[in-house]
Amino acid sequence: MKHEIVEKNIGLMSVLILVVISFGGLAEIVPLFFQDETTKPVEGLKPVNALQLEGRDVYIREGCYTCHSQMIRPFRAETERYGHYSVAGEFVYDHPFQWGSKRTGPDLARVGGRYSDDWHYAHMYNPRDVVPESIMPSYPWLNYRVLDGRHTATKMERLRMLGVPYTDEDIAGAADMVRGKTEMDALVAYLQQLGTVLKDTR
Amino acid sequence: MTSQAMSGFWSLWISVITLGVIAFCWWLLYANRKTDKVPAANGEVETTGHAADGIEEYDNPLPRWWFIMFVITIVFGLVYLALYPGLGNYKGLLGWTSTGQWQDEMARAEERYAPIFQQYAQIDIRTLASDPAAMQVADRLYQNNCAVCHGSSARGAYGFPNLTDGNWLYGGDPEVIRDSIIFGRNGLMPAWVDMLGERGVDTMTHYVLGLSGLEHDAAKAEEAAPMYQAICSACHGVDGQGSAAMGLDSIGAPNLTANSWMYVQPGQSVYDSVAFTLRHGRNGLMPAQARYLDYGVELPNNLRSLSAQEKAELLPKVHLVTAYIYSLNQGK
Repeated sequence: MKHEIVEKNIGLMSVLILVVISFGGLAEIVPLFFQDETTKPVEGLKPVNALQLEGRDVYIREGCYTCHSQMIRPFRAETERYGHYSVAGEFVYDHPFQWGSKRTGPDLARVGGRYSDDWHYAHMYNPRDVVPESIMPSYPWLNYRVLDGRHTATKMERLRMLGVPYTDEDIAGAADMVRGKTEMDALVAYLQQLGTVLKDTR
Repeated sequence: MTSQAMSGFWSLWISVITLGVIAFCWWLLYANRKTDKVPAANGEVETTGHAADGIEEYDNPLPRWWFIMFVITIVFGLVYLALYPGLGNYKGLLGWTSTGQWQDEMARAEERYAPIFQQYAQIDIRTLASDPAAMQVADRLYQNNCAVCHGSSARGAYGFPNLTDGNWLYGGDPEVIRDSIIFGRNGLMPAWVDMLGERGVDTMTHYVLGLSGLEHDAAKAEEAAPMYQAICSACHGVDGQGSAAMGLDSIGAPNLTANSWMYVQPGQSVYDSVAFTLRHGRNGLMPAQARYLDYGVELPNNLRSLSAQEKAELLPKVHLVTAYIYSLNQGK
């Protein structure tokens, strides 16, 4: 084929460019969709409950992922500080996953259980109250924004369509579990379960 | 753990695409080589035939240095794929894995640092607390693991105990401190408003202020005294000296005579804080720290009944931090 044909036909060129750049994804990404290590949950992994799910949405809304990663890499410097390195099977129910790529603050992949609930409440309200050196913003409004649970069940149904094994009871009880709780309650509940499945490793 | 291996199909898929693309690049490079283009006798080089606004392009071969760099990248890629696990299930000649690299790193650190920590584990906490070198190591451990709640100067914060004032919830004996660190603590004060009533909360607050020698209404305090002995003294002691002074190291009822108030918020009066505590109760939680400080150590089921020496050897970093906390309270 004469190169001139490609150069003068932008539609054809676009298609050929897509073909060329798809090779990397075909070799590196597509096989992961079919590998046990990445598609099977680790033993004991449970989907987050209704309250924790609302907390996750607060986490996303407030942009926590822009400063906190949830991905411990297999380096000593990280496992000493944060605990066992993250494995793919811990994230199979996360849609979307919250790995992040920026650590202005510490990694949160195994923050669950590390501090008391009270600490999280105090810290989110004003980080300087417990860590004077902290540069994290305050999130006081989470304390007075109350959840009504209107969309919780719908969210869980959609996640179930993506393969998260919520039961009918989980979904039926979702609104009741969430209603009247503050966004702070939800966020703390979400944080306190992070990374707790691989218990014996930390 | 699920198996790391992928099925033969996907292994083949990856290998064929990866090697195929490299082969394609190689072919592309050679197919477009223009070694046959020699300048005509008069030095004229053929043009590619492209013309834009009268500008034409000579059809010269690729620069040699550029061509060689292209070849080098292809060779580098092939060598890399031979040494490292890039082609499906092929493990690579070096047998490298990311977890293997991590294990090596951990083993090297263990080899280097374990003797240092074990050496400290052999030293009694009281002696260790006055060893400046050990305390420097312990300070780093403290800052990384404890300072988030107790503060970088260990003076605590609203809701988190001050570790420097010699005033203990569970006791300041080295072994009690060690157990607080290993197992964590959960201090629970029930809400008393149903029992005391609103008036009772008010009078009892005055009684508690009186125990610490703070300004209070003596008549109200006197009114609450029998109730204090009836219900509060079980945990806080008949004189309000707290459960630790009574020799109980698992209750965590504070000394009410020390004028030391963990739950007074900035700007809050002691009266308001104590009244709130009486009305609503408190639930203080310190998570167990053994797994965080001595990462990777398998904790035996009988950990609680091990001797001090056994605990020190099993959890040498807890040992150091215990000595550090102990050292902060000397002379208090």
